[in-house]
Amino acid sequence: MTDYLRASAADLVTALEAGETTSVALTELFLGRIAAVDGAVNAFLHVDREGALAQATASDARRAAGTPASTLDGVPIAVKDVLATEGLPTTCGSKILEGWIPPYDATVVTRLREAGLPILGKTNMDEFAMGSSTEHSAYGPTHNPWDLDRIPGGSGGGSAAAVAAFQAPLAIGTDTGGSIRQPGAVTGTVGVKPTYGGVSRYGLVAMANSLDQAGPVSRTVLDSALLHEVIGGHDPRDSTSIDQPVGALADAARQGASGDLTGLRVGVIKELGGEGYQVGVEASFRESLDLLVSAGAEVVEVSCPSFVHALAAYYLIMPSEASSNLAKFDAMRYGLRVVPDGDPSAEDVMRASRDAGFGDEVKRRIILGTYALSSGYYDAYYGQAQKVRTLISRDFEAAFEQADVLVSPTAPTTAFKLGEKLDDPLAMYLNDLATIPANLAGVPGISLPSGLAAEDGLPVGFQVLAPALADDRLYRVGAALEMLLEKKWGGPLLAQAPGLDTVLGGRVGRSAPVSRPPNSTTGEKA
Amino acid sequence: MPEIPGSSSPRGDGSSAAEERGGVSRSTSGRIEISRDEVAHLADLARIDLSDAELEHLAPQLSVILESVASIKEAAADEIPPTSHALPLTNVFRDDVVTPGLTAEQALAMAPASEEQRFSVPRILGEEA
Repeated sequence: MTDYLRASAADLVTALEAGETTSVALTELFLGRIAAVDGAVNAFLHVDREGALAQATASDARRAAGTPASTLDGVPIAVKDVLATEGLPTTCGSKILEGWIPPYDATVVTRLREAGLPILGKTNMDEFAMGSSTEHSAYGPTHNPWDLDRIPGGSGGGSAAAVAAFQAPLAIGTDTGGSIRQPGAVTGTVGVKPTYGGVSRYGLVAMANSLDQAGPVSRTVLDSALLHEVIGGHDPRDSTSIDQPVGALADAARQGASGDLTGLRVGVIKELGGEGYQVGVEASFRESLDLLVSAGAEVVEVSCPSFVHALAAYYLIMPSEASSNLAKFDAMRYGLRVVPDGDPSAEDVMRASRDAGFGDEVKRRIILGTYALSSGYYDAYYGQAQKVRTLISRDFEAAFEQADVLVSPTAPTTAFKLGEKLDDPLAMYLNDLATIPANLAGVPGISLPSGLAAEDGLPVGFQVLAPALADDRLYRVGAALEMLLEKKWGGPLLAQAPGLDTVLGGRVGRSAPVSRPPNSTTGEKA
Repeated sequence: MPEIPGSSSPRGDGSSAAEERGGVSRSTSGRIEISRDEVAHLADLARIDLSDAELEHLAPQLSVILESVASIKEAAADEIPPTSHALPLTNVFRDDVVTPGLTAEQALAMAPASEEQRFSVPRILGEEA
């Protein structure tokens, strides 16, 4: 019998089509898994058992009638809590939105519902997507299923961990500076940031609107392609949405899985490696490069000299946009309202509510953004950052003349320990070093697992970047590399993860405040 | 995008005060430092009440972050045009037809307080008014 819990979404579709299982059975399976392990993982902020089962029942009726709404009809999914879901709480990981139930769906959510994917629940995240570890969630950190003492990446650690811990076959993430790709890298899963404008931002609570992009989170490259086709495409409700068809992404993945990359030019970005990159991360990256060469690809080194300024530009543009976007949390129309003693004015209420409702990292970024936008500093900081953005786009243009895709490690290190960088913002920001340039230039990127670092036995991510609107190349190259790696490993990388069932023994339950496993299993999994 | 009147909107009138107050200064060691008072002023512009403990905690962290982004000042020559969006955008219009929106009940459902189909808010004017 097929292990549906660990099967790919594509295989679940096959089973549904063959009538071997039902959407209700699958939804029950994943809800059961969530109940069993999420007390330890904390990937979910809200589980919608009733709603998911109702959607699954409707899906089964469509399949029985021979009229499925989409390829993925009936495959359950988890959604990052930064996307508005009508009737379901949407907190963005913040106290300021605790209990907020949006009166409308984000377009991504509308498309999931129309395509028939039951929504299991909302996943944990750094508050307003600000962070690289999910530790800035106001509702406690998510734990990495590979080692519960470690971070699952961020800001979309909940979505990545949910998929890695087999609590959902698919999830939605959002990526402003790497929040889909970096969690994918450190949890051994797949994540894609589409071309900016490729997926609607309507109903995505904005952190930095010129950088934010929603995208798929999954365990296989093909699954991300299938999901990307569901959520992508033009939306008149997002003025930055690209008015073009999403493209044949699943076909690109299937073509890639044949393993033939003859004639493909792969550019290794010189600036994204070396100092600051963990030894095992670089070794894993080189192994994958060798596999690409064995598949017929030609590897060239490319230089993107302006990337050295990408982190600085990002940490000026992002907080500037965030400080402006988060001004709407003013305690007047929705969200937390804290009323100080006496006869406070609206402004007093705003100040008190924003102090009580926002966490440390959000405050840091709002103040940084307020500063960068102040007259007198605007030209020196924000203006310069916008110019650097031009330089980075030019670097990409030049590099894509020499190569069809660009590659790098997704993150400089494997998953670090929870708490290790929590109060050292700069150390935390460095995790995004390799992912940020794509957001600044709007180009698409994928992270897929390339193996385990020899020194700590933890997953490493391989990043592929393509020119704007050439998202299909990510899937072709990603699926080829995935096939070659899995042939080497004898199965998916996640099969090497310590099973949560054994790690946690009998002490797991939704109510159990388990924060660490009885014994760390690090080092035993390779 | 909705804004709080007088809040931390880009280049708001209040922001120039940051400059008048001296803003970020370079200490004798050449390091960029943002003082506790300066953070308090920025928090004021951003409408966040920060406690003394928060100010003590945040100010040195912000100095470190600013230090790390200072290289940006020399990173691009004057003639480089700025990019505000990754892909070129032109104005996007839609046909002038009515589309469904939220009902008053839906819009008010999550309000901290409402009255007579309106958001109920604290007094806007100061004590002296």
